Amino acid sequence: MYPEYMRPSLKKVEETRPKRFELQKSGKPVFPPMTAQEREEVLRKFHPDYRPDALRQVRIGPNKGEMMTREVADLLESHSRIDPTKFDLTRPDYETDILIIGGGGAGCAAAIIARQHGVKCIISTKLRLGDANSMMSQGGMQAAVTPQDSPTRHYLDAIGGGHFDNKPELVRALTEDGPEVVKWLEDLGVIWDKRPDGNNYVLHGGGTSRRRMHSCRDYTGAIIMRTLMDEVRNHPEDITVLEFMPTIELILDHQGRCAGGILYNLETEEYFVVKAKATIIATGGFGRLHIRGFDTTNHYGATGDGLVIAYRAGAKLLYMDSVQYHPTGAVFPEQIAGFLITEKIRGAGGQPVNRHGELFVFPKEPRDVESAAIIRECLERKNGIETPSGRVGVWLDSPLIEMLHGEGYIARNFPAMYRQFIRYGIDITKEPMLTYPSLHYQNGGIEINEKCETNIPGLYVAGEASGGVHGRNRLMGNSVLDYNVFGRRAGKYAAEYAKNVKLGRLTLEHVIAFERELKKAGIKTNRIAPILLPLYTPEEVRKRQLTARYEGTLR
Amino acid sequence: MSQKKSKKKRKNNPQLATEAAPRVEAVEREIPAAVPREMVTVYIMGKAYQVPAESTIMGAIEYAGYQIKRGAGCREGFCGACATVYRLPGDFKIYTGLACTTLVQDGMWLSQLPSIPAHKPVYDIEKLKPDITAFQQLYPEIFRCVACNTCTKACPQNLQVMDYIQAAIRGDIEKVMDLSFDCLCCGLCSIRCPAEIVHYNVGLLAKRLYGRYLAPRSQELELRLQEIRSGKYDKEYKKLMKMSREELKKLYYARDIEEEKE
Repeated sequence: MYPEYMRPSLKKVEETRPKRFELQKSGKPVFPPMTAQEREEVLRKFHPDYRPDALRQVRIGPNKGEMMTREVADLLESHSRIDPTKFDLTRPDYETDILIIGGGGAGCAAAIIARQHGVKCIISTKLRLGDANSMMSQGGMQAAVTPQDSPTRHYLDAIGGGHFDNKPELVRALTEDGPEVVKWLEDLGVIWDKRPDGNNYVLHGGGTSRRRMHSCRDYTGAIIMRTLMDEVRNHPEDITVLEFMPTIELILDHQGRCAGGILYNLETEEYFVVKAKATIIATGGFGRLHIRGFDTTNHYGATGDGLVIAYRAGAKLLYMDSVQYHPTGAVFPEQIAGFLITEKIRGAGGQPVNRHGELFVFPKEPRDVESAAIIRECLERKNGIETPSGRVGVWLDSPLIEMLHGEGYIARNFPAMYRQFIRYGIDITKEPMLTYPSLHYQNGGIEINEKCETNIPGLYVAGEASGGVHGRNRLMGNSVLDYNVFGRRAGKYAAEYAKNVKLGRLTLEHVIAFERELKKAGIKTNRIAPILLPLYTPEEVRKRQLTARYEGTLR
Repeated sequence: MSQKKSKKKRKNNPQLATEAAPRVEAVEREIPAAVPREMVTVYIMGKAYQVPAESTIMGAIEYAGYQIKRGAGCREGFCGACATVYRLPGDFKIYTGLACTTLVQDGMWLSQLPSIPAHKPVYDIEKLKPDITAFQQLYPEIFRCVACNTCTKACPQNLQVMDYIQAAIRGDIEKVMDLSFDCLCCGLCSIRCPAEIVHYNVGLLAKRLYGRYLAPRSQELELRLQEIRSGKYDKEYKKLMKMSREELKKLYYARDIEEEKE
């Protein structure tokens, strides 16, 4: 239930709705899309990445001297969890062809494909299999399938959305593999939303010039992820899943090739040595770092672990100065602050409007532009609506959707969103949602090529942990596509590599060297990474934990 | 004892029950002074704690000082990691819910379930038929269903769980798919079932069979795949990949946008 004081503003939204409905029905943009200059200006002035203190120089490692998001630089400049001299690497606890780090969408896709290429894998995952942002995507997956669309048009949309910083060969892989992924998933049993003629039902997303968003109601990620997990579990003889066993360092061989990792059992607190001919990092992103204090849409485990271990081993990162804020995170009620409200809402005709019920931005700008415009509307123009706890947001007018597509459309197509709000007495078929940008995606990551290779032989990366696919801003629906396209590619190329490589002597020398580098740079810190879990223990509790031993954020 | 100790409200906790971090953007707007919070007592695994009345169960557990390892996932109601059982004062019933989306109530007595023991038979989807034989082969126990409806009552998503098990017994794959579509696999149905059925895995099997065998196929997709395989887009890709930033920009901002209408 919205508090009484919001009623006048809600009333205005209702009053302007019929006119905005007519506008929407016309099929023309309901608000003029921004020009290149307007985009640049709103980003420069209002996007959180552009705040003067948002970035700092990283002082050590492969990207030394580069500007990075402050919280990321902090994370990279931290100590290892382990003393490398305590490990006997000549006697590994597990040996396998491919160690896959992360049991989300990319990791599972990689395992399924690697197995088909005749190799065995271990999936090391911090929480349960499938505990990942992949599970949470609601809106859909882009793929150029309709006759009026083409993969090259998808390419242009993606590279423009990314401000032309995307690596071309990666965008080609992403967009050209797209239709194949739609088919692959359907063959595995994913249920795409269909039109009566059997073709897939597709919608627009922010920054798309053709409707190409394929969806499974608003449980797209849940349906895809559970299908992939189920398939992984159908092959226990080839794919070993180690849950609550994150990888906390990589192992190299004496020639600098990646040769597995050190795993940590979160429950028994033991460490294990895994020797692998190839390694795939599929650890996802960093939303739980709460960059700039933002709420996040992300999974509990999204703490950027893969970045840390890859960086320590010498892998180059790309675009770590760029963070994606999803334009529409929930701000009311307080209990769901930060929660994702899918872009599909705007794809289906939902409009962001200010306290006066007025449109102020084209609803389908690329995410960073849309977010910056919402921040501007709230902070500069003071046209936001304040919540009782002091947050601010703009309305996302969902009742329009029912007017456009008919009654029952929301119940059928947005069951998750409907549930999320009705619990708190807000019926989104009748009332709008209150939203503000929420920390959503790691645009950059470990630099890869179209084979998912890094600058370290034998180390592959797929999904959100990688960098270059999306430039400095990912479009909606390209991350679900990303983890499928590059998860599959990583599985294939890592398997081919694993069949031919002969590993040398294993070493953790790079961990010792990184420690030396920290010292040499004069960095004094207690930080330990990967942090594995975010720290949500209240300060007052921690003060009383006189015998607790915190290893980073983990106790 | 612990109840007494924790009576004092915890202030300035950066991750209050709702994990709302202090927001720079918010600070710049000068937040009005926080409203004092109403507190309630909840019994976490039998121990009393004072927590803010508006907390979710997950928020309350963390507010009390626990670090969750098992029992937290997406925290938004999609992953099913945080299955929780609870009772309320003066009420004999066992309630079920997801810790991330269920609000605490005064006197609530709760436990999270760290994992759900459930079997998942291994199968080859290419060798199954999309009919009753798949269930007979892999989940014969569904025919023991006594139609008590406990599974439906236990479902935090309010799905008609018993109905989809009954549909499975009839071999109606499409119905199982439709009714179990929004299932989070939290396992609360299975933990309550007197017939020891693993409902959510039955639902998952039906969904995969539907997607694989029964969903209508897209002609557009087949055509597009042929085009890609024949190399139709190679030339244009090569051209685009060679373009300078300025050329791409020009092309990008000049592109037409498909109308919303069907």
